[in-house]
Amino acid sequence: MDPVRIVSGTAVPLDRSDVDTDQIIPSDWLKQVERTGFEKGLFSEWRDDRDFVLNQEQYLGANILLAGPNFGTGSSREHAVWAIQQYGFQAVVCPRFGDIFRNNSTKNGLVPVVVSPDVGEQLMRAVEADPTLEITIDVERRTLEAPAIGLTTNFPLEASVQHRFLEGLDDIGITLRQADEITTYETTRPRWFPTTANT
Amino acid sequence: MTSPKTLSEKVWDAHVVSRQAGEPDLLFIDLHLVHEVTSPQAFDGLRLAGRPVRHPELTLATEDHNVPTQNTNLEIADPVSRKQIQTLRNNCADYGITLHPMNTPGQGIVHIIGPEQGYTMPGMTIVCGDSHTSTHGAFGALAFGIGTSEVEHVLATQTLPQSAAKTLAITVNGELPPGSTAKDIILAILGRIGTSGGIGHIAEYRGSAIRALSMEGRMTVCNMSIEAGAKAGLIAPDQTTFDYLKGRDHAPKGAAWDEAVAYWKTLATDEDAAFDKEVVLDAADIFPHVSWGTNPGQVSPITGQVPDPSQISDPAERNAAERALDYMGLTAGTPLKEVAVDTVFIGSCTNGRIEDLRAVAAVAQGRRVSPGLRTLVVPGSWAVKGQAEAEGIDQILIGAGFDWRDPGCSMCLAMNPDKLAVGERCASTSNRNFEGRQGRGGRTHLVSPAVAAATAIAGHFATPEDLAPVAPLKSQEG
Ligand code: SF4
Repeated sequence: MDPVRIVSGTAVPLDRSDVDTDQIIPSDWLKQVERTGFEKGLFSEWRDDRDFVLNQEQYLGANILLAGPNFGTGSSREHAVWAIQQYGFQAVVCPRFGDIFRNNSTKNGLVPVVVSPDVGEQLMRAVEADPTLEITIDVERRTLEAPAIGLTTNFPLEASVQHRFLEGLDDIGITLRQADEITTYETTRPRWFPTTANT
Repeated sequence: MTSPKTLSEKVWDAHVVSRQAGEPDLLFIDLHLVHEVTSPQAFDGLRLAGRPVRHPELTLATEDHNVPTQNTNLEIADPVSRKQIQTLRNNCADYGITLHPMNTPGQGIVHIIGPEQGYTMPGMTIVCGDSHTSTHGAFGALAFGIGTSEVEHVLATQTLPQSAAKTLAITVNGELPPGSTAKDIILAILGRIGTSGGIGHIAEYRGSAIRALSMEGRMTVCNMSIEAGAKAGLIAPDQTTFDYLKGRDHAPKGAAWDEAVAYWKTLATDEDAAFDKEVVLDAADIFPHVSWGTNPGQVSPITGQVPDPSQISDPAERNAAERALDYMGLTAGTPLKEVAVDTVFIGSCTNGRIEDLRAVAAVAQGRRVSPGLRTLVVPGSWAVKGQAEAEGIDQILIGAGFDWRDPGCSMCLAMNPDKLAVGERCASTSNRNFEGRQGRGGRTHLVSPAVAAATAIAGHFATPEDLAPVAPLKSQEG
C-alpha cells in the first residue's frame, strides 16, 4: 500500500447508524474475481434514490465519509473497503466501527477515524450546514481538525498500524521477517491437530 | 504460579509465535477455511508477489456461496458465478489445496463441513474469509472471520498479527421454556446487548442453559456472535464436545485421542479468571423470538407486537427503528403472529444441520404448507442431506409440501438464484436481516427452525403449539 500521512478535504454526511457491509456493497458485486471496479457497487441499492446523499451535487468530490455509529458491521467482505476507496474516499469518520471492517481498512490505507458520539454529531450537522467545510486528518499526530468550526480532536490508532500507514508497509513482508520464529513454533504443535492429509 | 486465564486467553497464548512490545501478537493459525468469494484477490496477491502457500495441508476449501441448490449436476448458469467457482478450482489446483467442489460428498457450507469432518477441535485457531467463522467457537476453538488481505497473509505465512481483544462473559442459566431453542437464546442475547454489544470483545457463553445444548445448538449460538459485533464466541469443551468429535474423520485416534482429551480438559476458564464485561440472562425468560427490523438486535418474543418507535428514547435507535419499519412494511402495534409471510427459508450455517431439519420434520409431520407459500429447505452439506434422507426427513418434508434442495448458502445471502423479490416477506433461519440481504427489497425475519416450520404451515408467524393438532391416522382396517 501507499503511505498515508494527511487526508484533507470535504466530507459526505451519511447520517445513518448500523450501516452494514451488505449495504456498503451488496452481495451481487462479490462475484467479481478482480480487485477493481467496485466503486460502481458502493451503496448501489441506495444510490438509485436521487436524494441519497452521495447523489447530491454539493458533496461531489468529497474524500471523507462521515457516518453514524456501527459503520461496517456484518460480513467480512473487504470489497466494502475497496468500494469506498475506489469511489474516492480516503478516510471514514464515525463513532464506532465493526471490527473486521476497521481491520480491513487498515490493510488498504483507508484511514478509520473513531470520534466521540458528540463530535460525530457535531461534524454531521456542520457538514450538512456547510458542504465545503474543510477537514484535515493527520495520521502522524492522530488528530482530526475542522478549523472553521473550531474543532480539534484526537483519534485512536495503534502505534503498529500508524507505522504501517506512514511507511506504506506490507504486513506479509513484515511477518516473513519472522520466518524462523514461525518454523520454531511449528515444531511445538500437537501432532494430532488436523491436516487435510490425515484421516 | 501463572495468573488465572479465560478459555480464549489460554487458546490465544498457546498460539503466540512472537510477542513484541508495541506490536500485535503474531498468532499461528491451525486451520484456514477458504471459499470462492473472499479468496480470488488473495491468490492473485500471492501470485503477484511470487509467494507459495506455506501450509496447503492446513487449508481446506469448499464451494458454497454461489452454488445453485437445484440441478447441481449441471454447470452453473450464471457466468459470473461460474467464473468465480472456476477461479477457486484453478487456485486450489495451482497451490495444492484440498477442495470440495459442488455436488461432491464433502461439499457444503464452510462452517458446516469443518465440524462434521472432524477438522474443528478444541484449542485450535481457525480463520476464514467469512464473518460466521465464529461458529467453530462452539468447540472451544478461537475462530474468527478475516478480510481478503488477511486471507492472503495466512496463505503466505500461516500466521496473523492480532491485537488483544477484551473478554465478555455471556451467562445463560436455568432451563429454557418448552418450544425455545438455541436460536432463541442467541436472538434474546442480541435483543439485550444489541449489534454493538460485543465490538472489540471475544465472547464466552457459559451457564447451565449453554451446557445443556447439543453441539448443533452451541454452533447456532456461537455462529451469531458476530451479529453482536464480537470478534469470536467460544464455549468450553466438555463431554458433549468429546462425544461429538470421537470417531470423526480427522479427529485424533487411539493414544492421540486420550492425549487430546487430556489437553482439552485444561482449556476451561479458570475459576478466578476475570472478564472485562459480563451479561447474565435467565433461560426461563427466553421465549421463541422473531426479528422485526433490519438488524439482528431488533427482535421481540413472538407473542409480542411490532414495536412503536415513538416509545424508544434513544434518538439514534428510534431513527433506526422508524427506518426499519418503513423498509419492512410493518405497522407499530401489529401482533407479530398476525404478520403473514410469502417465503420460508430453512438452512444456512446457523440452522442447516441435522438437528435443525429434525425439528422442522417434527412440525411438518402430518401437516401441509400453507397454500401459495414458497418454501426452501437447504441442508448445510451433502452429509446433512444424506443423513436426513436416511432418516426419512426428506419424505416427511416433501409430503408436507416443502421444497427439498441441494446444499449451499442459498437464500442466506442470495448470491445464487435463490432470492426474494422486492417486498417479499420471509421467515428465515439464517443470521442476517439486513436490507436486501436475501434479495433486493426483500424483507427478512430471523427465527428458529421450529418457528420457521410452524410459520410455513400457518402462513403467518406461529409456534408449533399454535398449530391445530395433527389428526390421528385413520385405521387401515375396519
Ligand atoms: S450460510 Fe450465510 S452466513 Fe453462513 S457462510 Fe453462507 S452466506 Fe455466510
